[in-house]
Order: sequence, then structure tokens, then C-alpha cells
Amino acid sequence: MPRLSYRRALTRALADEMTRDESVVVLGEDIRVAAANVTTGLLKKFGPERVRDTPLSEQAFTSFATGAALAGARPVVEFQIPSLLFLVFEQIVNHAHKFPLMTGGQCAVPVTYVVPGSGSRTGWAGQHSDHPYALFAHVGVTTVVPATPADAYGLLVSAIRCDDPVVVFAPAGALDLREDVTDPAPVPLGRGVVRRSGDDVTVVAVGHLVHDALAVAEELSGQASVEVFDPRTLYPFDFDGLVDSVSRTGRLVVVDDGNRSCGIAGEIIATVVERVRLVAPPRRVTRPDGAVLPFAPALDRAVQPGRDQLTAAIQLTLKDG
Amino acid sequence: MTGSDPVRLYRTVRLIRRFEERAIELVDAGEIVGGIHPYLGQEGIAAGVCAALAADDLVTGTHRGHGHVLAKGADPARMLAELCGRVTGLNQGRGGSMHAADFGVGVLGANAIVGAAGAILTGAVWERRRRGADVVGATFFGDGAVNEGMLLEAFNLAALWRVPVLFVCENNGYATTMPVAGAVAGTIAGRAEAFGMPATAVDGQDPESVRAATAAAVARMRAGGGPELIEAHTYRFDAHHTFEHRVRLDYRPPEEVAEGRSRDPVVIQGARLAPAVRAEVDAAVEAVLDAAVDFALAGPHPDPATALDHLYASGLTARNGGG
Repeated sequence: MPRLSYRRALTRALADEMTRDESVVVLGEDIRVAAANVTTGLLKKFGPERVRDTPLSEQAFTSFATGAALAGARPVVEFQIPSLLFLVFEQIVNHAHKFPLMTGGQCAVPVTYVVPGSGSRTGWAGQHSDHPYALFAHVGVTTVVPATPADAYGLLVSAIRCDDPVVVFAPAGALDLREDVTDPAPVPLGRGVVRRSGDDVTVVAVGHLVHDALAVAEELSGQASVEVFDPRTLYPFDFDGLVDSVSRTGRLVVVDDGNRSCGIAGEIIATVVERVRLVAPPRRVTRPDGAVLPFAPALDRAVQPGRDQLTAAIQLTLKDG
Repeated sequence: MTGSDPVRLYRTVRLIRRFEERAIELVDAGEIVGGIHPYLGQEGIAAGVCAALAADDLVTGTHRGHGHVLAKGADPARMLAELCGRVTGLNQGRGGSMHAADFGVGVLGANAIVGAAGAILTGAVWERRRRGADVVGATFFGDGAVNEGMLLEAFNLAALWRVPVLFVCENNGYATTMPVAGAVAGTIAGRAEAFGMPATAVDGQDPESVRAATAAAVARMRAGGGPELIEAHTYRFDAHHTFEHRVRLDYRPPEEVAEGRSRDPVVIQGARLAPAVRAEVDAAVEAVLDAAVDFALAGPHPDPATALDHLYASGLTARNGGG
């Protein structure tokens, strides 16, 4: 079977959708030379009217995409750094997200925002290492964090076809993955998947942490049967799928590369305990409250959720009940 | 379409004037909740600019936006119903005064973030033209917005990519209570010139001057000349927002207000019409607005169960906040 890399999966999704639908255009900084290694070949194939290199004007080109969407385009905006989403939060949240309701349904704003390399890329320090997906889930913007190449392809395709704004976080920790994919296909938004079946505890893992959770589950296979649930979309979240899993296992641990307070892990736990009687208190492994990733590699790693923390959290949950 | 039509121009300024006055009455009566940002005194700008645009040209504006929407051709009755929060309003009561939109006449929405609408319009015009339509756009903003970085970024994008957007600065001298002299370093025209955009200053109190300047700019833009800026000097006759009627802010000298009001676009344009013609237009506008008030107040209030309708165009529904 052909091997598909995560980055090429994103490229292929863009190219396939641009081929399928003339209204798809791509905007972003340095995309003509594919500085993030995602838009490779698109300029040559589709031309500068559909692959538009932008000046360093994040707020304007994000709103430009909103306007283009109001006029019938399906823009994809690529951001080179996850922290730029803080800069354009207003343009996405206060404009793109609100227009359909505020106009009484007169319009749709089908813009996709892609962040290849979200989270820590090691050594990029405080302003290049955030993973701000929970902010978008909080305000109700569809938010996806694909963990695998096949999902990167399938979720990006679905995001582009969605009539609402969608933010696609491609974690730096997943970008180098490859997998065998015969026929990449759309993956529905809002649908999670059980990556590994188990009976004793459900681990919800977000993005690249799915792979850490699978490794930990394997390590613990002699002691415990760990189910790994990959939500894939954080908003809307597949709570029905997760509740099915936790109803069987009775235990819940969440591992999430966001900050602790008001993070997605807290929301996942709150919703599950509203619906399921657990046999042990749930636990979460996250970045610390208010985390800023320090530069030195050992410090950078210390702030991110690690396999040891996840292992400990699973073991405590099993011990508690 | 873009030739001078004094009667039509007068009708538009008179319609906006009386619409605003009727809306303020409805604010005072409690029928419009939250108040409005009156456009009184600035009517000549919306009327003049929109008179020089074609039906499928696009417009965006700001919180002081009733005039722009009416001048572009929206139904005053549905507009007033929107201000009254009724389902019969342009936005089904979801947008209100600051977000009135009528995509059917090319109004892509008034924006309450003052520097925001320019970049949105630039993207919209770019996309329409990419699809082969010969459209231009006009975006309205106040003197306060020229200090918003996003608007200046939009100047750059429009100029760089030669998107035919007319940036219309309604310089009424105040950003809420901040005098323009205390807020704008350099000049407003200088902002445009820095990006290679032609800038024209115009008397915003004279609808005909605004129309002529716009028509000239639009002709250059349609010929491929790229974006332009018009700085229309005007004066806001009333408050920044109707809340001032209660709190009585003191920031404009009375003699300045009197002088500003002496240059009234409705009077200036009305003087170009025979008295009988003017009286006929006035009566027709009054009839339209009488009907608009009746329509607005007769419209049903939205069902609270529908509060989040239209949140998602994809059909996604939000989780309930209760229980």
C-alpha cells in the first residue's frame, strides 16, 4: 500500500479540493514556496489567483478571506505559527463566526484555517509553541486536531466542504508521521474514533498525543486494558461516542496539550460525569495553568504532557476504584 | 445610473433623515431597545456614494450604518423592523441597528468593530471579480477607524492587489468623544497616499459633490485604477449614540454644533429642487415611513426557542446551556 505522510496528506487534500471545486482558494504567508511544506506544487498547478501569497497582514488577510467567503469563495488560510491565531482571533470569532447569525441567515462563511505545526516544535520558544484549540472550541468554532495522515486528509477535506469556519490544527508532533493509505477519503467532522479497544479505562487523547496514549496502553497491556479514544474534532465533540466508551470502562483519563484551566480536558470530563456514573474519579494530564513554553528543550518537554504523567494518571485511576 | 439626479439624491437624504428621526422616536418610546448611532447630518455621504454605484456593487459599513443600507436600496420597513428586533426585519431581529445587512442589495453587513469592514469588503470584491463580475465596492468608516491597524492593512492589500474598493472616510470630527485632532497623527488623506491610493477630499454636506467625486473614482476603479479613498468632511448633528440623550456628555462647544448644523445636506440638496417637487418628495417619504413604522411594530417578536437559529450555516446545532 502507498505510504502517505501527514504533510503530503494536507497537500493532497488541498489539491483534490481545488481540483474538485473552483471556489476553493488558498491564502497565506510564503505559500508560493511552501515554507511549511504543505502547499507544495499548488501555485504551479492552480496559479496566483487561487494560491495567493499574502503580506504579513494577518488580520487583513483573515478578514479578506471572510469577505471572499461572503462572495462565494471557499478560502483556506494557512498560518505558519499557531500563535498567530491569537492575532486573528477577533477576525475569526467576532466576524467569520458571527456573521451567519447576525445577518439572520443571509450568509455562510466557509473559511478553513490551517495551522501546520501547532504546539511545540522544540526550540521555538514562548511565542511559537502554543496549541490554542480550546479557545476556538470555547467560542463555538468547529475545531479539528487530526492525529494521523489519513485523518489529516479526511478532516481537511471535510473542513473545506463545511459551510462554517473550521480551524484545523495539525500538531507539530504528528507532522512526520506516515501510514499506509490506499484511498484517502473524507472524514466526517464531529465523529471520534476508538483507536484501541480496552475494558478498564478510557483514555481520551488529542492530536499527536493519540500516539503517546497508544504507546502507554501497549506498555500497560499486562496490567490494564486501556481503550484509546481519539475525538478528532474538539468542537463539535463526539460525546455520544465517548459516552459509549466510558459507559463500558467506567474510568476516564484525558490527555491534552492545552493549558489546564478552561481547557478542553476539563470540558470533556465535565460532560462525561454529567452523563456517566464513573467507578473512579476522572483525571486529566495537560500543560500547566497559564503555561508558556520555555526555550531550553528540557524545559519545553517538561511543560508538555508526557507519557510518564499519563501512565501515572491511568494507574491512579485504576487504583481509585 | 451614475448621472446626476437631484430629485433622487434629495429623496435619499430626506429618507435617511426622517428614518433616523422616526427611529429616535422609537428609541424614546422603548420600541428600539439598546438605542442607535444616529446618522443625522451625514446623510449626504451615503446618498452621494450609493448614487454612483451600480445595483450589484458591494457595500460595507460600520455601527452608524442605517444611511448606507437605505441608500443602497434596502426596504426601510424591513430595516426599521430590524431595529425593533422583529422577525420581519432584514436580519430577522438577529442583527439590530449595528449589524443591518441586506445581501440582496449588496450590503454585506454593518460592522460594530470600526476598522473591520474594509478588509472584508476587499475580499468580497476580489472574489466577485475573480468570478468575472465587473463590480466595485464602497466601505464606510469614521475618522476614528483610520487609527485601526486592520483598516491600514486593508489599504495595503487592496492597493497591492488592485482591488477596486472605495474607502469612504466619514470625517465627522469625533471618534465618540475624541476630537480628530487628538487622535490622528498626520492626515487621513496621507494614510491613503502612503499606500499609493489616490485620495479626494469632498464636502460631505453636499450630496452632489459626494456623488460626483464618487462617480469619478468609480470610473477610474472600473478602468483598472485600483482602490481610492474619499475623505468626506461632515458633522454629526446628534449624539454619538442615543445614550447621550440621557447622560449628556459635554465635549462639543454649542457654537460648533450650531455651525455644523447650519450646513445641512437635506437643506442643501432640497434647495436644488422646486418647492413643489420637494414637497411632493417629502410627502412620499413620509408615507413610506408611516408605513414602515406600522410594519415594524406589527411584526412578531422572535420566538425565544429560535435564539440560536442561523448560528451555523452547516446545520450544526449548539448544545443547550441549561441543565
